[in-house]
Amino acid sequence: MKTVQTSASSTYSASPVQQQVVRSLKKRHRQEKLFRFAGMTAVGISLLLVALLFINIFSKGLPAFWQHGIELEIHFDPAVVKISEQPVLQAGESPQAFEQRHLAWRSEVGMVNFNRLIQDALLKVIPDGAQHRRDLARIVTSGERFALRDRVIANPAIIGQTQKLFLLTDANIDVWLKGNIDRSLPDEKQQLSPKMREWVESLKAEGVIQNRFSWALFMNPDSRSSLASAGLAGAFMGSLYMMLIVILLSVPMGVAAAIYLEEFAPKNKFTDLVEVNINNLAAVPSIVFGLLGASIFIGWFNLPMSAPFVGGLVLSLMTLPTVIIATRSTLKAIPPSIRQAALGLGASKTQAVFHHVLPLAIPGILTGAIIGVAQALGESAPLLLIGMKSFVASVPSSAMEQSTALPVQIYLWQGNELRNFFEARTSAAIIVLLGLMLTLNGLAIWLRRRFEVRW
Amino acid sequence: MNNLSLIIILLVLLAVAYQLGMQRSRKLAGGQNSASLHSRPHHYGMMVGLWAVLPPLFVMLLWNWFSPAVIQQLVLASLPAEILDSGEQAQVLLRRISNLATNFAVLSEAADWEISAANYLTALQQKSTLLLTALMFIIGALGLLVSYQKIRPSLRARHQVEKALMATLLICSTIAILTTIGIVLSMVGETLKFFSFIKPSDFFFGTTWNPRFSTAGVADGSLTGSQGSFGLLPLLSGTMLVAGIALLVAIPLGLMVAIYMAEYAPKKVRDTVKPIIEVLAGIPTIVYGFFALVVVGPYLADLGQMLGLTIRATSALTAGVVMGIMIIPFISSLSDDIITQVPKALRDGSLGLGATKSETIRKVVLPAALPGIVGAVLLAASRAIGETMIVVLAAGNSPSLTANPFEAVSTVTVTIVNQLTGDNDFASPQSLVAFALGLTLFVITLLLNIVALVIVRKYREQYE
Repeated sequence: MKTVQTSASSTYSASPVQQQVVRSLKKRHRQEKLFRFAGMTAVGISLLLVALLFINIFSKGLPAFWQHGIELEIHFDPAVVKISEQPVLQAGESPQAFEQRHLAWRSEVGMVNFNRLIQDALLKVIPDGAQHRRDLARIVTSGERFALRDRVIANPAIIGQTQKLFLLTDANIDVWLKGNIDRSLPDEKQQLSPKMREWVESLKAEGVIQNRFSWALFMNPDSRSSLASAGLAGAFMGSLYMMLIVILLSVPMGVAAAIYLEEFAPKNKFTDLVEVNINNLAAVPSIVFGLLGASIFIGWFNLPMSAPFVGGLVLSLMTLPTVIIATRSTLKAIPPSIRQAALGLGASKTQAVFHHVLPLAIPGILTGAIIGVAQALGESAPLLLIGMKSFVASVPSSAMEQSTALPVQIYLWQGNELRNFFEARTSAAIIVLLGLMLTLNGLAIWLRRRFEVRW
Repeated sequence: MNNLSLIIILLVLLAVAYQLGMQRSRKLAGGQNSASLHSRPHHYGMMVGLWAVLPPLFVMLLWNWFSPAVIQQLVLASLPAEILDSGEQAQVLLRRISNLATNFAVLSEAADWEISAANYLTALQQKSTLLLTALMFIIGALGLLVSYQKIRPSLRARHQVEKALMATLLICSTIAILTTIGIVLSMVGETLKFFSFIKPSDFFFGTTWNPRFSTAGVADGSLTGSQGSFGLLPLLSGTMLVAGIALLVAIPLGLMVAIYMAEYAPKKVRDTVKPIIEVLAGIPTIVYGFFALVVVGPYLADLGQMLGLTIRATSALTAGVVMGIMIIPFISSLSDDIITQVPKALRDGSLGLGATKSETIRKVVLPAALPGIVGAVLLAASRAIGETMIVVLAAGNSPSLTANPFEAVSTVTVTIVNQLTGDNDFASPQSLVAFALGLTLFVITLLLNIVALVIVRKYREQYE
């Protein structure tokens, strides 16, 4: 550098040094451009990756929110649905005895051959169906017979009537009609027989088979026997229970711990130990929390496997550091003058903190808590270790019952053998999960923007 | 009367005691003016409330802790002697009896002695809850009365209430320590059990992983030869391979993003692009796993075919690339903070001497920020090592000692998930090994984090 300056000031003609500088300047500017370009490229690639991920998931998943079903005139034929009267509570009968009778009646309804009703209705729209009974039986997904049963149980008066119902078709038909399978594959590699394909095509053209919004995806629990009606309701409830437990446990505890550490804790070894611990816990891999849950909550305390309660406990421990760290930084940002003013007017230290500092910190605390909960909502690894990866075909009615969670349901669905159907369904589940998480994160950002005070 | 209704009763008691205490303090102070009281009236109310509720709550916790064991012993003692001598395990007997008592279905017809024992159990349980309720009621009433009597204008009620509050806060902040102790204790305990089956040296230095799922008879040690081998090295190498690829992807991208955002980008670009990239950090890892399995894996396999390479769709490369995408925002936002923290004077000095912006960044800013960036990279590495779902779905799960990124591998985290299949029978080395692996993982990530934190802290001190 020194040489450059001296030579530039002493001679104005192009000395060799100056020439060298001019020449090198070009190179240096080129390097500058390159460097800048590299930075932009990195940003571009990162944005592209985000876009790729979302476009991929959405293009795969959005079609799965609509599903093919068939509109049938179901005649609840009294000759097929032969059941006794629905029991009514009689005078002097105990509720238990009535419950018993009602249960017996319901299992009697369950014995009815509802498939017969569906097949009879199908024969009306498929004239040559009678010659291909086996193909005919595969058109409507097997879970729909329970939908018919539930209709009869809800209202036995429909026996003898004819109702126009929309029943989901088999998963393979949905795959075929959506074009998710190579149609040029030879017959022996196709899931549908040639006869079924022919029926399905013509029914679709006639408008009997329609592609409608799939409520089953949201209202049904998971299913393995009737793939087309597998839904997210069970997993959603499981996740909901766990989030409630996380909110009830980790938020108050985390906030309390943060208040103690930030406002009251004396400077001593114990406080240091707690602080180091919290920082380390924040970085412990989530799967280690799963091991903790498996050995302590299930092994020692004998809590039930696969229960949202245990999952909630594990996730609470996992989110605790997040909540503590977020709350502490919020408390730290509140200027000491607030505390001093309160103390100066005669408030005790507790009063100063709880009456004056804490209310100001609430937006920040809420933001941290929401981000922690969103994190817990998307976590799946620790849940696999406490048995939440087992198949559960019912919606849990309490936090102690077996259940899965939304991310675990994604894990289970991606492994299903009927890939053509479940790739889309898994993507749809991912959209639901991402939707929930982004809503939570958006809420946190909105809260921060709306209520944040800069001191 | 179950625990829930007891708690509801306690809450009602709290409300009543609070009102009583507040009213008495007001009365003592003489009407509306409470200036002669040491504390505010609600402090007196709260104090009475706490005295009325906390002791019974404590009794309830202790009772729930000890009474099941006591009841079990009483029931066992009541059983006929020949049953106890028959060699049947006490736990099995008790489970049957308690199933009978709660009207659960049991296998085979219940014997007479079982039914009478079940009745005895029910009676004992009823007696126990009755006793507990009565005890709680007496203690609660006592606490209420005594503290109510103690109310004087000079009584320092606020101090008592604040002490209770402080104790609660302290207990909450020790939860973090308890969690760490829980993690360490549970894992060390199970790991020691595991090492009673397998020699530690075979675990840490073994080069084959073939756990062979166990059948009965392994636990007694007679079949040691057929126990399979539990070598950590193939898993560790797989973990390092995947994490290494992830860092190779994430460090250049993340660092360049951070540099561009901190040094070049106009404010508008910064404000829109930064949140978008940080979205990547909020996406659940299972989603990345699915993305790797369905999109990236097949794409890489096709690409390999075009280039004449055999790349498996689920391989270390697939998992590593996607994991790299996952940790980009981690590296970029941490490095961004660190780069912006480098004092402006350093930049101005360099620019003033005629260096271009990129030269300033490369020769002045980055060296100054290097310790912090190293810390960020180490934190990212520890996250990559502990990551589970991406590798479960996309790494192929084949525990072999290989350095070829196009092959399927297995990692420590995948193996933990595979070995702990969900039954809580922690007796065989096949499931216990999960804890040994977990402990290894815990120690590795802990070390990485400590080193990273030390580096970052040292660096911070430089400019403060």
